[in-house]
Amino acid sequence: MDYSQFLNMSDELSLLAVVVILFMADLFCCGSENSTKPSKALSLIAVPLLLVQTVYMLVNMPADCVTAFGDMYLSAPMMTVVKAVLNIGTVIVFLMANVWMNREENQVKQGEFYLLTLFTLLGMYFMISSGHFLMFFIGLELASIPMTALVAFTKKNQESAEAAAKYILTALFSSGLLLYGISLLYGTCGTLYFNDMAAVMDASNWVQLAALVLFISGIGFKISLVPFHLWTADTYEGAPTTVTGYLSVISKGAAAFVMFVILTKVFEPMVENWNLLLFWIIIVSITVANIFAVRQNNIKRFMAFSAISQAGYLVLGAMGGTAQGMTAMVYYLFVYMVANLGVFAIINIVEQRSGKLNISDYDGFYATNPKLSFIMTLCLFSLAGIPPFAGFFSKFFIFMAGFKAGFPWLVFIALVNTVISLYYYLLIVKAMYIKKSDTPIARFSSDGYTQIGLALCAIGVVFAGILSQIYQYFDSFSFGLMP
Amino acid sequence: MNFLSLFVLIPLLMLLSLWLVKGTKGIRAVMVVGSSALLALSIYLTFAFLAERAAGNTAEMLYTASFTWFEPLHISYSVGVDGISVAMLLLSGVIVFTGTFVSWDMCKEYFLWFTLLSMGVFGFFISIDLFMMFMFYEIALIPMYLLIGVWGSGHKEYSAMKLTLMLMGASAFLMLGIFGIFYGAGGQTFNLLDIASHTGGATLIEFSQQCIWFPFVFVGFGVLGAMFPFHTWSPDGHASAPTAVSMLHAGVLMKLGGYGCFRVAIYLLPDAANELSWIFLILTGTGVVYGALSACVQTDLKYLNAYSSVSHCGMVLFAILMLTSTASTGAILQMLSHGLMTALFFAVIGMIYHRAHTRDIRELNGLMRIIPFLSVGFAIAGLANLGLPGLSGFVAEMTIFVGAFQNADLFHRVLTIAACTSIVVAAVYILRMVGKILYGTNVNPDHAKLHDAHWEERLAIIVLIACIAGIGLAPSWLSNMIDASVSPVMEQIQAVASTVSKSNPFL
Repeated sequence: MDYSQFLNMSDELSLLAVVVILFMADLFCCGSENSTKPSKALSLIAVPLLLVQTVYMLVNMPADCVTAFGDMYLSAPMMTVVKAVLNIGTVIVFLMANVWMNREENQVKQGEFYLLTLFTLLGMYFMISSGHFLMFFIGLELASIPMTALVAFTKKNQESAEAAAKYILTALFSSGLLLYGISLLYGTCGTLYFNDMAAVMDASNWVQLAALVLFISGIGFKISLVPFHLWTADTYEGAPTTVTGYLSVISKGAAAFVMFVILTKVFEPMVENWNLLLFWIIIVSITVANIFAVRQNNIKRFMAFSAISQAGYLVLGAMGGTAQGMTAMVYYLFVYMVANLGVFAIINIVEQRSGKLNISDYDGFYATNPKLSFIMTLCLFSLAGIPPFAGFFSKFFIFMAGFKAGFPWLVFIALVNTVISLYYYLLIVKAMYIKKSDTPIARFSSDGYTQIGLALCAIGVVFAGILSQIYQYFDSFSFGLMP
Repeated sequence: MNFLSLFVLIPLLMLLSLWLVKGTKGIRAVMVVGSSALLALSIYLTFAFLAERAAGNTAEMLYTASFTWFEPLHISYSVGVDGISVAMLLLSGVIVFTGTFVSWDMCKEYFLWFTLLSMGVFGFFISIDLFMMFMFYEIALIPMYLLIGVWGSGHKEYSAMKLTLMLMGASAFLMLGIFGIFYGAGGQTFNLLDIASHTGGATLIEFSQQCIWFPFVFVGFGVLGAMFPFHTWSPDGHASAPTAVSMLHAGVLMKLGGYGCFRVAIYLLPDAANELSWIFLILTGTGVVYGALSACVQTDLKYLNAYSSVSHCGMVLFAILMLTSTASTGAILQMLSHGLMTALFFAVIGMIYHRAHTRDIRELNGLMRIIPFLSVGFAIAGLANLGLPGLSGFVAEMTIFVGAFQNADLFHRVLTIAACTSIVVAAVYILRMVGKILYGTNVNPDHAKLHDAHWEERLAIIVLIACIAGIGLAPSWLSNMIDASVSPVMEQIQAVASTVSKSNPFL
């Protein structure tokens, strides 16, 4: 066996190194339950380590596709880029998690949080770079099982436990669907290697079509597309806010990207069929989620429905499997990530400082905390797709890709839905700026880590659109069935 | 970067400095310096443009510059102006300048959004790239929500949300239309001039494609131009907005609609315009008359002016759809004239409201004796509104109806005559209102103590009146400038005008 092929997995290995270092640091640095002074070493090293690893990945990016273990592992430059995007999101999550981690009840569990999060990230890495359905499935499970532990992180809180139960049950159910689909594929193709499968796929074979439906359903649970979204609102509401933030962008983004890759690689001959499936799933996801979001009062539930509808837009990039669609999708993911994490960082700091989680609690927020509400407004405008913020560019490009792929009416429905989404995003802006409250959230100052995280988000929201280099960088690596 | 980019750069600098300065004086200093610079720049541009034209430069757009922005998507930062954009930039400069003085007592956040709005407006008029144009269009829309929602009056939350959602809904139509144009023309360039002249990789957009996307683009821009039956955001929005925002919105923002219809819908989709204009002619014609009749029954001054705006802005779209050179020139003149006179009207109404705390026509009486300066401004605004010769409204409306009558067929003639009736109705509501609130006898003792305009208010009013009278007395330089710039669009139309619209049942 040629051991040098391990080097082709440098992305995963470097992340594993980060995990090991953090594990050791947790072992030696962190105080025991008796110590009076909690160690802040972990949060201090986790963020820089992850940043270093991101830079390492991007610098060492292979010029072309690399494989390991006889095509089991298969990575293209675009995949490294997506991993780096996910890393940036994780960094922001770590930054916003700090204030929550420093609570008394969480201090002893700090290590677990960072390790579990990084393990899910590692799972996503493997999932993204898989070249075989087994590898894909292992990656998927590695991403979802630690996630359950994260959702149940405040285990004494019943809501958190309930959320975790819902999450694990639906995750298992969707894994079951996925596995059944994979078994059908194995039965009809005789192989599970992505590279060999397209040649034996046939759009008239109904067993394989059933496998396609099962695959999209299974992955639809992970991306939380309607009608596979039923777990989303409860899980998002019950999970700790930082975990919700992580769940809403990172795991969703990874799953959407993998879906794109597998659809174009494995299910290439069935492009008509999956276009039709996605067409309806996108319409239903965006519309239903928007209608539900309007009525929410808990801001985390609200963001859950907003995330479902955003997932619909994200998947719009997959229509037709064009390279332009891939660029638009990754770019959309990046922009959505900074904006959504910005909102979650503010929800988190408000929750930590005042314990308030309802939209009506944000009445008069501007009067007491003008800076936070300003950043929140920027992020919400970006989510709604208002220029000059990055969200406008990402929406425009994803619609453009959808139009180019030949689905103008799908784009039109999605566009009409942006107006509904603008309505409910404006409801929060209205609460903060226009409404008055007798008991507003008191003035508070956020901690340094949150401030850095918010600064990153604000910079991303303002500049990720105007600076065209980011889009062009993504575009130089994208691939698909058509340009 | 050529100097047109300054129109975006100055508001950007203003935003930054507003963010940094502290205290009312600092904010006022930034706003006055910035808006004066913008006004000066637009005046300079006008003279430079006229000089360039006089020197024989006949290029369609002057001062063009283009920088690639999103290379894979063929999006570029392209600027350029012709006579129409110069006129619109001049209008925006005047309104932003006077709007600053009208909102003298406002706070920092207000001016931040106000400046962002101005940036969108100026950016829109200098762009010749569809993506850029659309981006600036949306930049101009969203500050409206907070400006009305936070600093407005009356049902401000409802109005702000209604306005924002209707305009954003329109922009959804518009975005699809832009995609349709872009991909219909080959998907190689977003540049307006290239698409129109089939250069730079653009090809002719097929007739069937044009007919699909024309309604999207026209409705997309038309909603902002208060096209019937999508005008309902306008009265509520204008009535609830703070004074300077009403001015800017009715004065400039609604012109984005007319300008866009002309520059994008008609210019880039001429076949479809010729084929489908009849549908929109009926709608806008209805809007012109309906707006005027609605204005007759209003009791709130702002609602009255808002409905009058619906009528006058409907006239702009109506004239554009007549597809003749004269009518189009008239449309641009009407945009300019309506922008100025409605801004003056809203400014004076706002000042009266600020003092009397009511805008109800039934409660205001005999103001001429109490606040003569404001009353004179009010009377002039009213007279300009009903098209008194010597003021700008007359020039514009005259040109429009002459141009509209050039269409010899019965359908166009009937509609033109119907639209003409709005002038008579305008005289009814204006004169009745002016007579009532200025020349009656004051019965409210509180109103007897009102004080007249401050210096900053006087400055704003005088500047606006000077512009209105200026256009009214010496319109020819302006109409010549506009006329020359209308002709490229008319050439597009004339290439197809020989075919009679098959879908029009009235022909």
